[in-house]
Amino acid sequence: MSFPLLTATAALPAIGAVATAAVPAAQRTAAKWLALLVSLATLALAITVLVRFDPDGARYQLTESHAWIKDFGVRYDLGVDGIAVALLALTALLIPFIVLAGWHDADPLETGSKRWRPTQGFFALILAVEAMVIISFEATDVFVFYIFFEVMLIPMYFLIGGFGDRAHEHGEKAASTQRSYAAVKFLLYNLVGGLIMLAAVIGLYVVAGNFSLPEIVQARANGSLHMATSTERWLFLGFFFAFAVKAPLWPLHTWLPNAMQEATAPVAVLITAVVDKVGTFAMLRFCLQLFPEASKWATPAILVLSLISIVYGALLAVGQRDIKRLVAYASISHFGFIIMGIFAMTSQGQSGATLYMVNHGISTAALMLVAGFLISRRGSRLIADYGGVQKVAPLLAGTFLIGGLATLSLPGLAPFVSEFLVLVGTFARYPAIGVIATFGIVLAALYTLVLYQRTMTGPVKPEVSAMPDLRARELVVVAPLIVLLIFLGVYPKPVTDIVNPAVKQTMTDVHKTDPKPSVEAAK
Amino acid sequence: MENLIALLIAAPLLGAAVLLVGGRRLDAVGHWIGTLLSTVSFVFGLILFVDLLGKGAEHRTLIKHLYSWVPVAGFQADVTFRLDQLSMTFVLLITGVGSLIHLYSVGYMEHDERRRRFFGYLNLFLAAMLLLVLADNYLLLYVGWEGVGLASYLLIGFWQHKPSAATAAKKAFLVNRVGDMGLSIAIMLMFTTFGSFAFGPVLNHAGDASEGKLTAIGLMLLLAACGKSAQVPLQSWLGDAMEGPTPVSALIHAATMVTAGVYLIVRSGAVFNAAPDAQLAVTVVGAVTLLFGAIVGCAKDDIKKALAGSTMSQIGYMILAAGLGPIGYVFAIMHLVTHGFFKAGLFLGAGSVMHGMNDEVDMRKYGGLRTYMPVTFITFGLGYLAIIGFPGLSGFFSKDKIIEAAFAKGGTEGWILGGAALLGAAITAFYMTRVMLMTFFGEKRWQPDENGHEPHPHESPRVMTIPMILLAVGSVCAGGLFSIGDRFLHWLEPITGHSEGNSPLSAAAVTGATMVCLVIGVGIAWAQYGRGPVPVVAPRGSLLTRAARRDLLQDDFNHVVLVRGGEHLTRSLVYVDHTLVDGVVNGTAAGFGGLSGRLRRIQNGFARSYAVSMFGGAALLVAATLLMRAV
Repeated sequence: MSFPLLTATAALPAIGAVATAAVPAAQRTAAKWLALLVSLATLALAITVLVRFDPDGARYQLTESHAWIKDFGVRYDLGVDGIAVALLALTALLIPFIVLAGWHDADPLETGSKRWRPTQGFFALILAVEAMVIISFEATDVFVFYIFFEVMLIPMYFLIGGFGDRAHEHGEKAASTQRSYAAVKFLLYNLVGGLIMLAAVIGLYVVAGNFSLPEIVQARANGSLHMATSTERWLFLGFFFAFAVKAPLWPLHTWLPNAMQEATAPVAVLITAVVDKVGTFAMLRFCLQLFPEASKWATPAILVLSLISIVYGALLAVGQRDIKRLVAYASISHFGFIIMGIFAMTSQGQSGATLYMVNHGISTAALMLVAGFLISRRGSRLIADYGGVQKVAPLLAGTFLIGGLATLSLPGLAPFVSEFLVLVGTFARYPAIGVIATFGIVLAALYTLVLYQRTMTGPVKPEVSAMPDLRARELVVVAPLIVLLIFLGVYPKPVTDIVNPAVKQTMTDVHKTDPKPSVEAAK
Repeated sequence: MENLIALLIAAPLLGAAVLLVGGRRLDAVGHWIGTLLSTVSFVFGLILFVDLLGKGAEHRTLIKHLYSWVPVAGFQADVTFRLDQLSMTFVLLITGVGSLIHLYSVGYMEHDERRRRFFGYLNLFLAAMLLLVLADNYLLLYVGWEGVGLASYLLIGFWQHKPSAATAAKKAFLVNRVGDMGLSIAIMLMFTTFGSFAFGPVLNHAGDASEGKLTAIGLMLLLAACGKSAQVPLQSWLGDAMEGPTPVSALIHAATMVTAGVYLIVRSGAVFNAAPDAQLAVTVVGAVTLLFGAIVGCAKDDIKKALAGSTMSQIGYMILAAGLGPIGYVFAIMHLVTHGFFKAGLFLGAGSVMHGMNDEVDMRKYGGLRTYMPVTFITFGLGYLAIIGFPGLSGFFSKDKIIEAAFAKGGTEGWILGGAALLGAAITAFYMTRVMLMTFFGEKRWQPDENGHEPHPHESPRVMTIPMILLAVGSVCAGGLFSIGDRFLHWLEPITGHSEGNSPLSAAAVTGATMVCLVIGVGIAWAQYGRGPVPVVAPRGSLLTRAARRDLLQDDFNHVVLVRGGEHLTRSLVYVDHTLVDGVVNGTAAGFGGLSGRLRRIQNGFARSYAVSMFGGAALLVAATLLMRAV
């Protein structure tokens, strides 16, 4: 038997989480270094997966299969396709930056609050989330996926509720109440989604008799498994609802601004750049593959909802006074693009959506982490409390601007490629929706540049005049992200080469072909 | 030789990277690195130009495929460059005039502590503009297109500690983004129509597509051009863009940025030729803008803003010419090049005046400067004669041809467009004479500022005057050089095509009418500003003057409708999201599980226990189901 690489990639951060939690209370620094090393080792394993993966090979590779609960046909089945590999690599890549950016976020407070902030717990929880996200990307058994999709909520809940920004305009007690509110809101929204999905998972088992994704897809394709139209639609809706909460799609989005606002910046990145991606990934993998006809049936409604997300999220971002809330609404707009790309049912849309997930992860990480560095210096999340930072901290302002330019999809940076693919892929089938979505690019410029102008330009506010520029640790976090944004903007081929074959498969599953150009001779 | 095309872009790009990442270590030499790399790019351009001249007219297209950029099923975007007569013309203008502006900035920005960064941005501007004109497909062109937008954002807002500069920069980027939307949609339309957005497939097969599709593509390209080239209705950013240092204005107005829209339309000529409705829209935009800009230019007392109005108007001429089709393409580009010389010269001259006048921009506080700064006076004066179309200077040749072509469109349209172009010539003569008289003639009108410092007008250093002299030479000679023997026409014709129209007026009649307009314009300006003293405080002025001072109220419209309206919209949406969407979703959930009521109880501190119990419930449910099935 070959080395179980996929299990190892998920198990390593899981074991690392336990080990980090077990570090004695006094050895805080050791716990941090341990977490960082584990996340780097996980990255090394993820790179191994990336290297071993053959884009033109079998659909699912590096597969592992073991019986688990025989009576139910639940199997511990793992395997990755191109889409999963890309997202697995993204996750493993971002965690070390999240750990490093949050280096001091869980240090015990010197004075004031008596709240105990367990540094060990903070980093252990991050690694635990990483392990669960990775296995969600790997699972080809619907039940195994469901378990980790749900269990992930527990560490996330504690990360949001337990650790927040140091300073708060209404004092520590108010902050703690708001954090709890945000954490519970996050949990309840996702639990409701999860419970509905559970019903659908059980329903799927009743219909199909097992939980194996490849087997069910094959049985449906060769006609040996028949599903009544209404059954398929109900099951689809059950799955989709859970993923739409997680993604999040309008109008199920309202937990995200609260969660991202109250969590520390690295945890906010963990939510939007990593955990939420499981939702959009699962739409591609489970909704489209298991229920192709129902997916097509629901497409018009989903496209309209994603279009609302794009415009609504961007408009709301323009109206925010809190930096982190602004980034959260921007993310809602971006998730609208991802979901639109998935359900446009074109090669460009789906390749673009997958690429979008990767690029959005990197760009949001860059923007949000620098925003976090900024907030930690001044102790306020309010945009109005800043002004003229460019003059005192040019490096911080410069990296913030690049993060912002990535968020507004400036050509030359990675997000442009994916956003344009999604737009063109949608336009090819639904011109009106594609055109309206294009308004999103103007609004994105508006909220990003207004944020930059209000915080970074103008006369230097007295409160920021002594603000230090980026420190070495912070630069180590930001610089590689920026290099990646430029690299993938100029040369996205390495990612598209991995993703394209998987998208082709998905297109076959849903029996869709790309629209033909009207003047064919031109090609 | 093809590799040189890539190096042409790489040189300024490298400069930008080195200067922006290099940090303070390079402060001492940064400006020379920037100037050198810009000049290197110009030299590469010259080598390629000589190479092209050595080939036959039909073989002057060089293609360099670098790598496959975005390969997705059915969608192929490559990094491929195309150098032909059209892009070659732009390359020489961009790098030539651009390098002179770099040199000038060495002196102009000498006392600015962020000079290195300034040169980094200048180099970035050149690189983006070169990418724009050398791209072989519309998506790569789009990268340069927005790159230019980014560079202008950074440069207009260079003095970003001034809120007005930061606002102007943001405004320029946003207005441009509206135009960029047009380019995005045009590319998407090309993709669905032709299955490609590379120049070859789109332009060679344009005739096979339906006219409706081509009209749509044309109108979207026009929207894009309006943004970048500051044409009505997307012109409002150009006046505010004067917040940037003056060399930036020269760069934006002469060598880069605003010329991009003209390039886009001429490059896409094949699409427009088959879409007459789109062409008509282009000519209308051009004619309206050439008058709009000219009227605004008449009312401004700020020397840079007067010149900005003039740019808008001159680009209007080019857009008008480009909308006329094959009759006009060549002359649109010819006017673009001659305008590049004299407008760069005028802006650098204005910068030189400001340099000697403690950065004063109000022409009412100038007067009689010709004796204090003779070189600036002569070079600026030659630029002035060129722009009003004084016989023999470059503006004369290129503008005359455009007016002629407008009449040649024929019918009522021809008369209206030609009439507008003639009227524009008269107004141009008026406002440029006004600038000239207020700045260099009459009595001195400057006074000590509030700190008691009186300006001591002086000539600028050599590093600034040499570029001005070279540009003045171009302003004088370029037109004749291009027109004698129709050299420029023969050079560009293989790419743009050319046709002679049937003008209802003879060429001599058009020239005669233009001369009459010129004399009238100059005469009125002399009567108002030359005969008597110029008041230091601007008179109240007529309704039109007051409206023109406010950019014909376009900003007021934008403010009320877009800014205020937008603020109300977002504010009410924030409220709706907080109360309605959040409330309804929570409320709906309450219908099932009392979610809302429980959410409220969280405030009481039961949060954690509740969450855990909820999760426990879910876990129990899973376990129970498993058990049930197992039994």
